[in-house]
Amino acid sequence: MSTLTSNDLALNAAPPLIFELGQEGRANRYVEEGKPLEQFLPKTLLRDDLPLPDNSELDVVRHFTQLSQRTFGIDLGFYPLGSCTMKYNPRINDAMASKREFAQLHPYTPDEFSQGALQVMYELERSLASLFGMAAFSLNPSAGAHAELAALLIAKKYFKDRGETRRDKVIVPDTAHGTNPASAAMCGFKVISLPSDERGRVSVEEIKKVLGDDTAVCMMTNPNTLGLFEDHIHEIAAAVHEVGGLMYYDGANANAIMGNVRPGDMGFDLMHLNLHKTFTIPHGGGGAGHGPVGVAAHLVEYLPTPVVRAALRQAQDDTRAQDDTRASQNGRPLAPSDTMTFSLDFDRPKSIGPMRSFWSNVAHAVRALSYMYANGADGLKKVSQLAVLNANYVRVKVADFLETPYPEICRHEFVASAQELKKATGVKALDIAKSLLDHGMMAPTMYFPLIVPECLMIEPTETESKETLDHFIAVLREIVETARKEPETVMAAPVTTVVGRVDETRAARQPNLKWEPA
Amino acid sequence: MYTPHTQADIRAMLDAIGVGSLDELLAVPDAVALKAELDIVPALPEYQIARRFEHMAAKNTGVDAISFLGAGAYRHYAPPAIATLAMRGEFLTAYTPYQAEVSQGYLQAIYEWQSYICLLTGMDIANASVYDGATALAEGAIMAINANGRKKLLVSRAVDPNYRAVLKTYCDGLDVEIDELAYTAEGTTDLAALKAAVESKQYAAVALQSPNFFGNIDVLAADALAAVRESGTVPIAVISEAMSLAALATPASWGAEIVVGEAQSFGVAPAYGGPYVGFIAATKEHMRRIPGRLVGKSVDNEGRTAYVLTLQAREQHIRRERATSNICTNQAHCALIATIYLALMGKTGLRDVAALNLERSRELATAVSAIAGVDLKFATPFFNEVVVDVHQPASAVLAKLQERNILGGVDLGRFYPELSTCILMNATELTSSGEIEALATALSEVVHVHANV
Amino acid sequence: MAQPEGLLYSKEHEWVKIEGDTALVGITDYAQNSLGDIVYVELPRVGKAISQFGNVGVVESVKAVSDLFTPIGGEVLEINDTLENDPAAVNRDPYGAGWLFKVKLADANEKNNLLSAADYEKIATE
Repeated sequence: MSTLTSNDLALNAAPPLIFELGQEGRANRYVEEGKPLEQFLPKTLLRDDLPLPDNSELDVVRHFTQLSQRTFGIDLGFYPLGSCTMKYNPRINDAMASKREFAQLHPYTPDEFSQGALQVMYELERSLASLFGMAAFSLNPSAGAHAELAALLIAKKYFKDRGETRRDKVIVPDTAHGTNPASAAMCGFKVISLPSDERGRVSVEEIKKVLGDDTAVCMMTNPNTLGLFEDHIHEIAAAVHEVGGLMYYDGANANAIMGNVRPGDMGFDLMHLNLHKTFTIPHGGGGAGHGPVGVAAHLVEYLPTPVVRAALRQAQDDTRAQDDTRASQNGRPLAPSDTMTFSLDFDRPKSIGPMRSFWSNVAHAVRALSYMYANGADGLKKVSQLAVLNANYVRVKVADFLETPYPEICRHEFVASAQELKKATGVKALDIAKSLLDHGMMAPTMYFPLIVPECLMIEPTETESKETLDHFIAVLREIVETARKEPETVMAAPVTTVVGRVDETRAARQPNLKWEPA
Repeated sequence: MYTPHTQADIRAMLDAIGVGSLDELLAVPDAVALKAELDIVPALPEYQIARRFEHMAAKNTGVDAISFLGAGAYRHYAPPAIATLAMRGEFLTAYTPYQAEVSQGYLQAIYEWQSYICLLTGMDIANASVYDGATALAEGAIMAINANGRKKLLVSRAVDPNYRAVLKTYCDGLDVEIDELAYTAEGTTDLAALKAAVESKQYAAVALQSPNFFGNIDVLAADALAAVRESGTVPIAVISEAMSLAALATPASWGAEIVVGEAQSFGVAPAYGGPYVGFIAATKEHMRRIPGRLVGKSVDNEGRTAYVLTLQAREQHIRRERATSNICTNQAHCALIATIYLALMGKTGLRDVAALNLERSRELATAVSAIAGVDLKFATPFFNEVVVDVHQPASAVLAKLQERNILGGVDLGRFYPELSTCILMNATELTSSGEIEALATALSEVVHVHANV
Repeated sequence: MAQPEGLLYSKEHEWVKIEGDTALVGITDYAQNSLGDIVYVELPRVGKAISQFGNVGVVESVKAVSDLFTPIGGEVLEINDTLENDPAAVNRDPYGAGWLFKVKLADANEKNNLLSAADYEKIATE
């Protein structure tokens, strides 16, 4: 029997688990009372017990509200988490995605009853293709890593169809995200790690040394994870294409390039996007994301299924088209897509197949498209410009008191290093990060990329004001100054959070992964 | 939009950086510079964005039809309290909880999710979620492949065809072969064939779904389980309708070592296919092989209870090319929604929903099978969906129902050529007797009309 | 900690103690120290034939993972089961309670490919 209540927050450091609250039979009447299950199925097919707690709605609301208050999000403060693009998530996106007509639409709804969802997918796909210079995207994959896997599966199938199965090497720079080698391994490719040069970039000479007729794919991101633009990308792409390989663009850093330069123009054949980074879909504590995969013309038929197909509306539908005009456009010109009908195309013999149960994270497609409408092409260009402006502004200011190993114009993010500070004081990048938490800010990405010791990877994003950046810079300066005077203070951080540093060794050595009845 | 910079800010910041203009800041080599005109949707003020989406939303007329669609995505009641809580900005705008000190709430919620999944499935461990049910099956199969090193899988044809297609996509990458098991006249997996197949000891795993794609309860009988164990094959249970876990014997009770599935039914909107939330649960022997994130309970430096991401050495960001899964994001926010749903419903509410699903789907089955020319395909215990044979092309019958604004179910001929006269029909607690009557009336007209042609 | 005498070492930071036709294998103090708190050790199956310098398992710490290479080939006779519940033994006592597995030697000459304590010391302190 439970003696805890949802009001125990003041007494307990952590709120009780939901399983420690409630009383059996304290039911909320959301549906009618059900008849005994034995009336419908033999007892042998039924479970003996359902050991879940019964809680009042109030207790549940209090419980999760308390949990929310012990969670830090962009809505609470600055979130300079490098490579994650933690920008403001506009609320109109959620309002559109929550509309009943999108939210309650069943995935098996016939095409003619789901034209709105299909139109959203079509408009988003066409816009992404133009913005990134690809022939087509598939909105099927669920997240960035998932789309990356799809891209490598496309490459594998493409080479198989061409009888080039000897191509089993994937080239990955040492600054790459950890997913790149992991995805390559899931497709049976061997990973060749390529060291960066002293400028923090892939060198044309070095890559030529590893290229050959066994090269399948070269995976790169541009700007790379140091925040630097690979200015020889055109020559690298030419060299990879010269030996018959494919160029893959990791779109994690797409917030730096929109409306300015396109992966297609850089010579990439395959790419993915993290719409939850660049196109303001809330990260939601680590998903759900949305990761379209894009390809150049020669790979379109390999895209995962389904894809949205559009056709000009038939003549007999003209009245309906006119109705639509009056209903929505207020006399403005029709959007081209308003004159079309849409269908899901599953019949694609060369496709790698589907990557997931259903068609796409459509609720997120609505959010991403809403963000595109808020910006248009010029707006998105401005977004990238200001993201780069913010990053460089913080970079030059931070260089006053922390090492910046690549002191040149960066893109949307940059890396600083606490190595000198660590040698002088013992204070590590981790300690600085934890200190920032005490100041109501999220920590930057730490210890990545792996080639910079005591690395802090800082991505301010374009939605932060100069005042916020100035405050962050001042706080960071203060932490570094404190580290030089009294390092133990910084090493003890955080002290203002609901818990201090967590014993990760204990968590891993004696894993406790679920609640068990006492 | 959503950028706060004034012209003065931009000027001051450019000066601090020491460049003259934004264009200079973003200069790229001419060879790659953008030359094309971009063709993307136009910029609109916010009120017109709302109108634009209203216009498109109005074309999703399926939400106003009478619907018997299920087949892997289910319509269940979701109390409004879920959205109120889950849409709080702290949850919505957090990243993966790497910084445990400022993520205790989310970490605790995920720990509760893991606990709920274990209680529902009877398994020892569960991860923090994966993309959806189909990817859960693929990742679960990889766990089994890593457990015994075999490179072949055995999968029942009664497993959701979408899940099997995704499994094939993944297996093409891994160079793993898949053999399929037939289903019997009862609409359940051919266990005799299963027993014979596993004897070869070449399969890493055998996957069964229960309730299976036809809605039928489809579990390993004791002798089949013994043969599976004897052969060193890992039994995987697939659950695509998580609501069934509230009523049916747990997958653990019939021998599953790995349970994979889809928890969309727990408060996550159908949303034309996503995002949903997959789960993977397993016996503790598989703990080190389970992919994705795991939250553990530990203590902080002062001995206070604290939650933290744990066993991270399994993950891609540390293992890189040695990793056996590339998964990064889970579906944390959907898992949070499901956790809140389970908390609100509780044992009593879930039992009620399960009972109502059993009741309404039987009412549906009785009503349609009373029509001349319409039969139930299988006479096997089912949960909330049932295969209805109309003895004429199902696609044509469904099209006629659509004219009456009824979405009668899923045409099984789409996936099973031999079932092209069959419709998979679903009823949940949201299905009313009036809707069932409307379907039965329409179906009798449609089937009758057709029979006279 | 100085490297114990009487053991042989590999460049991959494993040690081996040869006793007749069997050998005990573990990781060095240097290795456990650079990995940090070890939380899990994945060992080869008993009965498995392993070849010298082959990858036979994995050592996991809280935030790193490292392949385990066997310094000597043969058949795995025994593994240190206690590490499943007490992986910390590898940190506490890498040359004693933290041993990993025992091998029946395939070829006694393989020891000529290994390093002495003094030679390994040079590598470990580089």
